[in-house]
Amino acid sequence: MRPARLVGIFAALFILAAPAFLSTYYLGLLTKMLIFALFAMSLDLLLGYTGLPSLGHVAYFGTGAYTVGLLSLRVVKTFWINALAGLAAPTLVALGFNLLTIRARGSYFLMITLALAQVLWGIAFGWRSFTGGDDGLPGIARPMLGGWSMAGEVPFHYFAVVVFGVCLWLLSVVVRSPLGRALVGIRESETRMRVLGYNVWAYQYVASILAGFFAGVAGVLFVYYNGYVGPAYLSVVVSGQALLMVILGGAGTLVGPALGAAIIVLLENFLSAYTERWLTTLGIIYVVVTLYAPRGVLGILRDRLGGGRRAAT
Amino acid sequence: MTFWVVQALNGVSFGMLLFLLAAGLSLIFGVMKVLNLAHGSFYLLGAYLGLTVLRLTHSFLLALAAAALGVAALALLLERTVLRRIYGEELRQALLTFGVLFIIADQALWIWGGNPQTLPKPAGFTASVRLGDVIFPSYRLLVIAVGVVMGAALWWLQERTRVGAVIRAGVDDEEMARGIGVNTPLLFTAVFALGAFLAGFGGVMGGALLGVYPGADFEVLLLAFVVIIIGGLGSLKGAFVGGLLVGLIDNFGKAFFPELALFTVFAPMAAILAVRPTGLFGKA
Amino acid sequence: MIGAGVEVERLVKNFGGLRALDGVTLRVEPGERRAIIGPNGAGKTTLFNIITGLLPPTEGRILLEGRDITGLPPHRRAQLGLGRTFQITNLFPKLSVRDNVLLAVQAADPARFTLHRPVEAYPHLFREAEALMERWGLRDRAAAPVRFLSHGEQRQVELLLALAVRPKALLLDEPAAGLSPAETAALAEIIRGLPRQTTILLIEHDMDVAFALADRVSVLHYGGVVAEGTPDAVRRDPQVGAIYLGTAAPHF
Repeated sequence: MRPARLVGIFAALFILAAPAFLSTYYLGLLTKMLIFALFAMSLDLLLGYTGLPSLGHVAYFGTGAYTVGLLSLRVVKTFWINALAGLAAPTLVALGFNLLTIRARGSYFLMITLALAQVLWGIAFGWRSFTGGDDGLPGIARPMLGGWSMAGEVPFHYFAVVVFGVCLWLLSVVVRSPLGRALVGIRESETRMRVLGYNVWAYQYVASILAGFFAGVAGVLFVYYNGYVGPAYLSVVVSGQALLMVILGGAGTLVGPALGAAIIVLLENFLSAYTERWLTTLGIIYVVVTLYAPRGVLGILRDRLGGGRRAAT
Repeated sequence: MTFWVVQALNGVSFGMLLFLLAAGLSLIFGVMKVLNLAHGSFYLLGAYLGLTVLRLTHSFLLALAAAALGVAALALLLERTVLRRIYGEELRQALLTFGVLFIIADQALWIWGGNPQTLPKPAGFTASVRLGDVIFPSYRLLVIAVGVVMGAALWWLQERTRVGAVIRAGVDDEEMARGIGVNTPLLFTAVFALGAFLAGFGGVMGGALLGVYPGADFEVLLLAFVVIIIGGLGSLKGAFVGGLLVGLIDNFGKAFFPELALFTVFAPMAAILAVRPTGLFGKA
Repeated sequence: MIGAGVEVERLVKNFGGLRALDGVTLRVEPGERRAIIGPNGAGKTTLFNIITGLLPPTEGRILLEGRDITGLPPHRRAQLGLGRTFQITNLFPKLSVRDNVLLAVQAADPARFTLHRPVEAYPHLFREAEALMERWGLRDRAAAPVRFLSHGEQRQVELLLALAVRPKALLLDEPAAGLSPAETAALAEIIRGLPRQTTILLIEHDMDVAFALADRVSVLHYGGVVAEGTPDAVRRDPQVGAIYLGTAAPHF
């Protein structure tokens, strides 16, 4: 798909060169887009590729963020320890949650994922003494990496770019692997896959763990980005936004959701200056997209440009 | 001893509210196979509408009627204009209702503000009554009574009327139902409106009991989910039993472990998921 | 590769109040071709669903190669050599023919759980998929999404998927459903040409096809086996004739 290649290269160049011509504010916005692009891509693995609609994906995002926040404020400021813990925690949560949820069908899965994520939100909100409750945990310092401080917008931007790039590469390896193809098969027809001899549950479980892990990475990035973590990092609004990013961009395409994330982050930033009714706007976009463009931006582009050889995934 | 009785009654009254919500949600899912994520929003809207009508008319009965019917009307509109376009695609419909959740929540915030408010209780039920050693708010007893009556009415509707038979047929096998001449689109609209009616009704009753505030839609939706997971999707009995269970567990949980919030209902939910994923009375 | 004998013992299936299978016992020898015929609603597809594990039996056992598979999930049975086609075409609709076949080829390959290398790193999978498509004359349709194929071509892909995993026992559920006479004849040729060791159970409404391909025939009616034997014997059985002409009493 030649046009896509060109667009991708242009986007990469833009992101890398951005500090040269973007103000600090807009650079920060770009960084935020990357973080949410990662979050959306992790959800795409689960929803777009495997066909599991989760409303609780924020659970991993928030767990990663809170783990880093709590550790760096209360225990130790060493980046590697906190980051590792920040990745281990959501992975453990994923391992546990999904043991229970993966057997569920469609709507049950929606409900259960939502319910489980809300349990975490409830704890973050209610356990003031531990999590800071509604106020959250402010004052989280950006890490020091090998003597370089990430406190400035520019170094942090590159830090986020590197992490994003690595994760994007890893995710694209997974979706092009035999396992990734099997996930697509499961999305298209679970019964067929079972009868061919695939252990569908095992594949779905692995996909959910991976998805949770990468969402956790996004959460770790975000807590360092903001220097703060609060219950909002575990709220359904964030889950909902991520879901919209995936659908808007094009589920099952990996880069589509990244695009969707960029659009939503930009839109929110822009609209919030003019109106407080961002959630209404979000809701309307939801309704419009599910009604008229369920395959998302990338889906529409693909249809217009005739599909291409990778139309399968 | 008094403590236990009071807490139990609290739990049961809350459970009745949950039942009303879960019953509507379960009905909509059973017949239309759509998970109505805006169901909590119907509750919220019902509470706020009831609040406004109460302020204007001081009549609880009028508020109940106006709110429940108003929400049902909105649901009807939604179903006919928007949901109907994507029949058969359950995930899309669920996501659409999710968008509606955001819209209603935000609009409600805009119209009624962010402060928690409580609906005034109906005249005659503002005081507490004495039951032996126990002093208990009479309104909560009213809620329990109303819940039981509604439950009985719904059961009668489901089991003893033609409408109920049609609904049950729709739940069991939609294609077959259509095959024997059931007007599915009409059925769907009616069911969606009925579910919304129950939610709006529950909103007014709940609004007087627990107040209404931004976020209540979500809290209540979630608890309805837990009720359905435990009781089973598509089952009225499940909604009732599940509602009671969750109401009691949630209440006692809050009494003993206030900081753990939803965790106390999480445990039985997780247990059911592990052991009997379709719920106590669910259809597989 | 030796074919696997398929047996079901006293299989009962209740759906609520409906008794779909009423104590069915069948014994299909390795390499045998058995046709299962019977009027609509006799329980044939239910039987297949139970044998492959998509539906649990209320009572009874299923054996593959003498091994009890009653408790095993569908994918385990498939791994043990049980293949199946569906009456209503069950493919991966939005995927291309090539991707459909690749998934089937991958199913039996140890590489199927790899997540760290692209599928292109396993060219043998592609080669096998190409070979299969070539043999079946689907090569020029390889890139087309399967849902754009004609019904006949889809039924071919359906069969192709089942064969790609090299099953020892194959369950064919009305493979000729909706096919033109020419397509049906072609299909019959294909089935006749399958490896002799493969055990085949065939549900078919087209009696000519069923009788032409089968070594033995079992007749199902109201959930029970009412006749069994060589095609000739069954064809001449008056009770079977009565069932199809609608004059037989239900088997209670």
